[in-house]
Amino acid sequence: MSTAETTYRDALNAALHRAMHAHPETLVFGEDVAAPGGVFGVTRGLADEFGDRVFDTPISENAILGAALGASLVGRRPVVEIMWADFLFVGLDQLVNGAANVRWLTEGRMTAPLTVRTQQGALTSSSAQHSRCVEAMLCHVPGLKVGMPSNPADAYAMLLAAIADDDPAIVIEHRAIYDQRGEIDADAPVEAAAGARVVRQGADVTVVALSRMVGVALRAAELLAAEGIDAEVVDPRWLSPFDWATVEASIAKSTRLVVVHEAVRTCGFGAEVAALAAERGFWHLDGPVVRITAPDCPKPSAPSLEAVAIPDAERVARGVRRAMAGSSDDQEST
Amino acid sequence: MTGPETVAAFRTMVTIREFENHAAQLRNRGVIVCSLHLANGHEAIAVGAHAALGSSDTVNATYRGHHWAIACGIPLEALFGEFMGRATGVNGGRGGAGFFADPDHRFLGENGIVGAGAAIGAGAALAARYDGSGRVALTAFGDGALNQGAVHEAMSFAAILSLPVVFVCENNGYAEYTPTESMFPAGSLEDRAAIYGFPGVAVDGGDLRAVRETVSEAAARARAGGGPTLVVATARRLAGHHTHDAEQYRPEGEKARWAEESDPIIRLRAAILGEGLADEDELARIEGDARADVRAAADAAAAQPASDPAQLEQHVYG
Repeated sequence: MSTAETTYRDALNAALHRAMHAHPETLVFGEDVAAPGGVFGVTRGLADEFGDRVFDTPISENAILGAALGASLVGRRPVVEIMWADFLFVGLDQLVNGAANVRWLTEGRMTAPLTVRTQQGALTSSSAQHSRCVEAMLCHVPGLKVGMPSNPADAYAMLLAAIADDDPAIVIEHRAIYDQRGEIDADAPVEAAAGARVVRQGADVTVVALSRMVGVALRAAELLAAEGIDAEVVDPRWLSPFDWATVEASIAKSTRLVVVHEAVRTCGFGAEVAALAAERGFWHLDGPVVRITAPDCPKPSAPSLEAVAIPDAERVARGVRRAMAGSSDDQEST
Repeated sequence: MTGPETVAAFRTMVTIREFENHAAQLRNRGVIVCSLHLANGHEAIAVGAHAALGSSDTVNATYRGHHWAIACGIPLEALFGEFMGRATGVNGGRGGAGFFADPDHRFLGENGIVGAGAAIGAGAALAARYDGSGRVALTAFGDGALNQGAVHEAMSFAAILSLPVVFVCENNGYAEYTPTESMFPAGSLEDRAAIYGFPGVAVDGGDLRAVRETVSEAAARARAGGGPTLVVATARRLAGHHTHDAEQYRPEGEKARWAEESDPIIRLRAAILGEGLADEDELARIEGDARADVRAAADAAAAQPASDPAQLEQHVYG
């Protein structure tokens, strides 16, 4: 075991280096990823080390995703960067109508082993076209795998898992935590692209939190601990495939469920977790599921507006208190 | 093309026509339920272009892609099975007539999105930079697709990277229900290639040997590192957009006139006879054999079991 402390950004970079060494068929391309090393610096140094296996593309998201698909059908393992998750929509056809169908259509005779890296989240006044959280839209497409690493260790492990996986996978990074530090295990075996993790043990309430909200939920758990509420925090890590068993085991113990995400509320991933809880976990629960999400409006620019659009620890704590009280009053959605 | 190659190509073209016409009949009888977009009038494009490709080259196309599939050698029974929803279809009945793929014949797939395949073809060409295959990727689409963003992006991307791709635009006179010329206000279709910096060439898509020659040059150029070419092959769509298209948007008598003037099979037949590459008896025998093969394939496919509902959710993930 070779552990090292690094940032979320550098953990991703280390994963790319390792994957390119491990899989000679791996290519890295996207806008500004080669010479500039990516606008967020995730692909720094790759072009120097791997030459023409790393290259810059025009601002053509459809071509990036379509070429990744085409190359993946004939033996390459492309890892492409879509600079902002919002830009996925420009070329999403190639994932939704293309890559997601390949294995199913051909009964497994063809696969599309491509990985899309992108980043999302609301911060620094980025507004409605540079802040959207897209995960639920991708999870609605059978055939795509969707992961959201919340810390450096998962950034490393999950990106490696995505690249090694023979299905199209989207790894959604969070821009707010590129500088977050943590340990990675550089020699750990490559994981499967699946599996949730209980990141804080607790007895009283289960808080399922996505991406950056894992950190927020952990801070909320500390606030609640002072009040005698012992929250268990579950990080799903992969939303598709979703590890319901880990969540179910947690609510079987805690009997209360709160879901926290930065995406908007309606048809967000929290709706799926709540639906699974109602279908498969109903008899475990002693009260209504509570969702803590962004409000159902586009993401704003003004700092005063942006601040209320993103759940913080105080809001999560309030949601947990509602869950503990058995209150289904969700007027305070945020 | 040698005489025997030309006669063999004639047989493939006749097979395609018989296949499409028989599929349409089966659709009318309810044996086939899925939508059919026939390639009548396009036969020389697929057969001529495929004759120009090598053994590692790939093809992808759109939902109007049966002619490409047959040119690539996908068995007729597997195609009929796919159209009929049979477990033995090329994709087990999962894709139907407008969306199937067959890696065994390097057919990377039809696509229901008219321009999406151009980027996929560019990707198959991209892979050739690394795998030493010398692969050329041929990607076919219609005239309407030239107005879709994916095609612009794919051409720009392929030009920048000098990818070994041949873009084949089958200009059949109609973008679905809309006359092609009404959607191209400036210049000829092939002129668009110039803005990306690679050659755009027009070819008579009803002339088998002209198509083969043009695509051969484009493929050779691509293989030699010269980058993409846009080949605009003009065809006449001798069918509707799909089989249940009433075609009220077409001028009276246009289709019959087009068939009379420019049916590529009639043209090739006359050329073969004129050049003495085969005689009337041989061509009649080929036509009869092709018809019989198509019917036998359809009958065999129809006798196969329906796609198994128990399999529906399999192969979504590995």
